[in-house]
Amino acid sequence: MRRVAVTGIGVICALGRNRQEFWISLREGRSGIRQIEGIDISLLRFQNGAQVPGYQPTDYFEPKVADLLDPFAQYAAIAAREAVEDSGIEFTPELKPRAGVITGCCVGGQSTEDVGFVDLYRENRNRVHPMTIPRIMANAGASQISLEFGLTGPVYTVSTACASANHAMGQAYWMVRSGAVEAAITGGSEAIFSMGFLKAWEAMRVVAPDTCRPFSKDRKGLILGEGAAMLVLEPLDRAQARGARIYGEISGFGMSSDAHHITMPSVAGPSAAIRAALDDSGFRPEQIGYINAHGTGTSANDPTETKAIREVFRCHANRIAVSSTKSMHGHALGAAGALEAAATLCALSERFLPPTANYVISDPDCDLDVIPNEGRPADIECALSNAFAFGGLNAVVAFRAAR
Amino acid sequence: MSEDYTRRVIECIAKTQHLDPATVTINSTFEELKIDSLDGINILFALENEFNVSIPDDAARQVRSVRDLAQGLHKLIESQAAAPASGGAVA
Repeated sequence: MRRVAVTGIGVICALGRNRQEFWISLREGRSGIRQIEGIDISLLRFQNGAQVPGYQPTDYFEPKVADLLDPFAQYAAIAAREAVEDSGIEFTPELKPRAGVITGCCVGGQSTEDVGFVDLYRENRNRVHPMTIPRIMANAGASQISLEFGLTGPVYTVSTACASANHAMGQAYWMVRSGAVEAAITGGSEAIFSMGFLKAWEAMRVVAPDTCRPFSKDRKGLILGEGAAMLVLEPLDRAQARGARIYGEISGFGMSSDAHHITMPSVAGPSAAIRAALDDSGFRPEQIGYINAHGTGTSANDPTETKAIREVFRCHANRIAVSSTKSMHGHALGAAGALEAAATLCALSERFLPPTANYVISDPDCDLDVIPNEGRPADIECALSNAFAFGGLNAVVAFRAAR
Repeated sequence: MSEDYTRRVIECIAKTQHLDPATVTINSTFEELKIDSLDGINILFALENEFNVSIPDDAARQVRSVRDLAQGLHKLIESQAAAPASGGAVA
């Protein structure tokens, strides 16, 4: 089986509009969580979110193209452009039909849907915009990427709530590893700041009124985020042959289902996914030095994830650094795993672990080394990134540093 | 808390949980009624609609029994009635 290198990373989220800005914020432990803009927050019980700051579609798209794309699809294309340029990969006529685009997205074009519903039900107009369907379809981001780069291989979108991007990247990794494709653009994108969707989260009562404090005893829930991250995957030998910069390898992927409860997490499901990722990668548990946690900051996730990590790694769990970067870029649902893969790959290649920001009080139920508030230099060989979704769907990606 | 008020709270819980209201009393615990966290948010939603009141997340977090819920909600209704500009009106 082929080894799979990550040669390009593109990011747009609350922490910045490119990988560099994203990584500087993560390194410094600077949060992108702010008061939500563009929505009447007086109607909401929570006020804060992690939005892409000052985003204007026409900074990136011709007005006519912007009209065709919901922000979630725009973010996907913006991140993919950066990842492709960063990788230096050339999509030759031979490569284009052998290259895939596999993205994760949880809810598709929410703000487009919201506008249509306001028109219908509040404004009593009897029609919605004709581009509503192509804007809301969850594969719009993947399709736009394939259009922009002329990629005609397998292109599809995976939707598994908060694990969407990890499921997508895992599939892309397996396809490059097996030779089903010769290159892939993969990651996730999401844009959820619409009143209807925020109200739905409000009703779930899991959004923090202040900020996201994963693993901290005073945590009050998650903070919603948005954006996209995309990776370029290639066979390691080909990437090396063309002298590409290699951020690291994806070396394994594991998934499981809790079959337990539609929203309450279990320990058995996540630990099975972690074990599956270790088995797929061939890593011994002792090789893992860092885990980018799912770490939502909810009362349910963080202790359950702690137990799952302890169950798999036993004594070695005390020697693994674990941080939740959601404390800075928020919970971007279908994009979350992609942002966290980008964070993990930067951590491996820059030899520096990003912290869990906003951490205040230790919680005996979350007694891992969670890198509170300040990142630290560390030369890590192997790392994992966890994603555990509503619906009990778990997906874990394993990474190896390029050394 | 009036009998009528308690009955409305119990009926909301019973309806949301698809239970016979006769099986729910002011002394029932959520554990006895097999109410989990997801059921809890459904019940809060039903009560918010029934009493036209907004229940903050913090106030809801510690509730473990019908009595806790009825008493907490009663206080909330009285306080929101006293300051209608900052919350929902009371039916």
